[in-house]
Amino acid sequence: MASTDEIVDQIASFALFADLATPQLERIAHMFEEAVYPEGARVLRQGLSGSAFHIILDGEAAVVIDGDQRATLARGDFFGEVSILLGEAPGADIVASRPLRTLVLSGPQVQPVLLDNPPLMYRMLQAQARRLRNANRWRS
Amino acid sequence: MAELSLPGDEVTGPDRHNERPFPPGDYPIVVVGSGPGAIQVSYSLRALGLSHAVISADPAPGGMFRRWPFFQRLLSWTKPYAPVDRTARAYERYDWNSLLADNPGERAIMPEFMDGTSYFPSRPEMERNIATFVERTSLAIRYNCRWTATRRGDGPTGDSFVLTTTDGEYRTPVAIFAVGVAEPYAPATPGIQLAAHYADTRPAETYAGRRIFIIGKQNSGFELASGLLPWARRILLASPSPAKLSVNTRSLVGVRARYLQPFEDHVLGGGVSILDASIGSIERGPAGADGPLIVRVRPSAGGEELAIEADEVIAATGFVTPLLDLADLGVTTFGQARLPAQTAYWESASVPGIFFAGTIGQGSAGLKKHGLPANSGAVHGARYNARVLAAHIARRASSHVPERPLIAPADLVDVVLGELAAAPELWHQRAYLVRVISLDPSVGARDEGIVPLSAFLDGAGDDGTADSLGITMEADGTAAVYPVLYLRRSGKIDERAVDPDPLLRFDTPAVRSRVADIVAEMGVR
Repeated sequence: MASTDEIVDQIASFALFADLATPQLERIAHMFEEAVYPEGARVLRQGLSGSAFHIILDGEAAVVIDGDQRATLARGDFFGEVSILLGEAPGADIVASRPLRTLVLSGPQVQPVLLDNPPLMYRMLQAQARRLRNANRWRS
Repeated sequence: MAELSLPGDEVTGPDRHNERPFPPGDYPIVVVGSGPGAIQVSYSLRALGLSHAVISADPAPGGMFRRWPFFQRLLSWTKPYAPVDRTARAYERYDWNSLLADNPGERAIMPEFMDGTSYFPSRPEMERNIATFVERTSLAIRYNCRWTATRRGDGPTGDSFVLTTTDGEYRTPVAIFAVGVAEPYAPATPGIQLAAHYADTRPAETYAGRRIFIIGKQNSGFELASGLLPWARRILLASPSPAKLSVNTRSLVGVRARYLQPFEDHVLGGGVSILDASIGSIERGPAGADGPLIVRVRPSAGGEELAIEADEVIAATGFVTPLLDLADLGVTTFGQARLPAQTAYWESASVPGIFFAGTIGQGSAGLKKHGLPANSGAVHGARYNARVLAAHIARRASSHVPERPLIAPADLVDVVLGELAAAPELWHQRAYLVRVISLDPSVGARDEGIVPLSAFLDGAGDDGTADSLGITMEADGTAAVYPVLYLRRSGKIDERAVDPDPLLRFDTPAVRSRVADIVAEMGVR
């Protein structure tokens, strides 16, 4: 269990929120909800509509596509944003590979939060650019 | 899990000799609580023949409705005059407050007590509704028996829990806690001890002419603001993020429409202010204990700290779950409400054998598709969860194999359409509970009953893992309510949405054609 103050302290150390001042962090922390998943639970489901954006506070999650594990996500990583930004169902299952605690922002809230917090949007864009770069390196 | 239904056990009714029921001892199941959640799960367990004890710290049934909402009017409606008759199953769509029963005389009790002044029952009407249900169904509850501690022990059937109470010890392999989310929570803001909690709000007239600062912009904060409008000189509500309004989210997420008057007052400059700001501290002013308080806030949008004078500060900051020492047994919790982490079947995710019912069940969040939660935190959601939970416990005990009626292939589309039109479980627990129809080619279609959607999708539900059709109602925050059918084939899930109908009709040729096409995908024609 974490209070809002504790959540603010935690997310302040994440790269995604590095450019936000405390009042902005408090406001954002109030908009997210905390969720916990036991090991083995599916957080996002490949092909199912209506997913959400998650930031991992504790634990690990596996990215599973068509039954094959492709990557592991850990504290500070985030997932779910691609399907929300594109308005599509997730392209992968996200499965808790250890007990997982996340901050969750519902799909419809993602756009207003990003538009209200340009530094957050910029950091997310940077993260996506890194993922794209790494994917291109892997392909080449 | 141990065998729960003991041969020769009678379902326990009210004691006929004025002795309190369920004295301390060994029980297959112990339910803690006497609010709607505990009562519904007890009724459902009894209907399945599962012997159990029910204990409660309260002197009478009703749970939180014996005291709240503070301004004595519920947020959940019951429509005495609905589009369908009160005896119909579909009436439950329009009656959010009655508990579920099999006998007609025990159903739809809430509208019997409503006086026509509102379709939101008053708190006393709701309390009477619950007490009448207990009386008519002859449910037995041991009142004035407070659960005080918990430990592990060895019962006659193996591992068990020992619940210490003010009356003695109860041993059970299965404990179901339905104790509400009812313990006042206040944040660790400096000076918070100078604020009263919502739970300690005084009669409204005692705030006459006062300047009220309300911390929190959720329903409880706006309930207070609405109720104090005729009395307070000034009202200010503050919290870091903007208030969500149910009319904007097009769901039950956010401040309900009947509490919006303070918003109108705010935008028209009538004396109510609504701030997006974090609360830095609450301090006594220069006049000391007899003078106004100073609340220091930091606007979320930035800018200078504000120092706001108030005669009274009320923390409408919510409640936490009173789980006593369950954390010491390993029950993990999360979120500000300290809800226990739960499986799809409302069992502690970390301590098997401990279950939760009533409003605590919202800790089993399900998919929350499109950000919309189930209604598990309210009676009209929790009552169905309780029934599914009882059936789940019965299945695990292997003492009860539910009826699984066969469905003729020619009737399948009509059965699906009938559920879409009338099934209250699916309407109230959207994208959370699912009606499952298994489609084993060697047997035919069978109604497997209602299970949690997330369990169905994972093949972990009581319906099994057979190829099946799952029927749900869903919403996406656009005001549309529409059916979604899930096709589970060899463990793989496909989702098929049916276009919403603006008049919520599901007997149209277009819907029939769409459902028939989806059913045909499962190989049934």
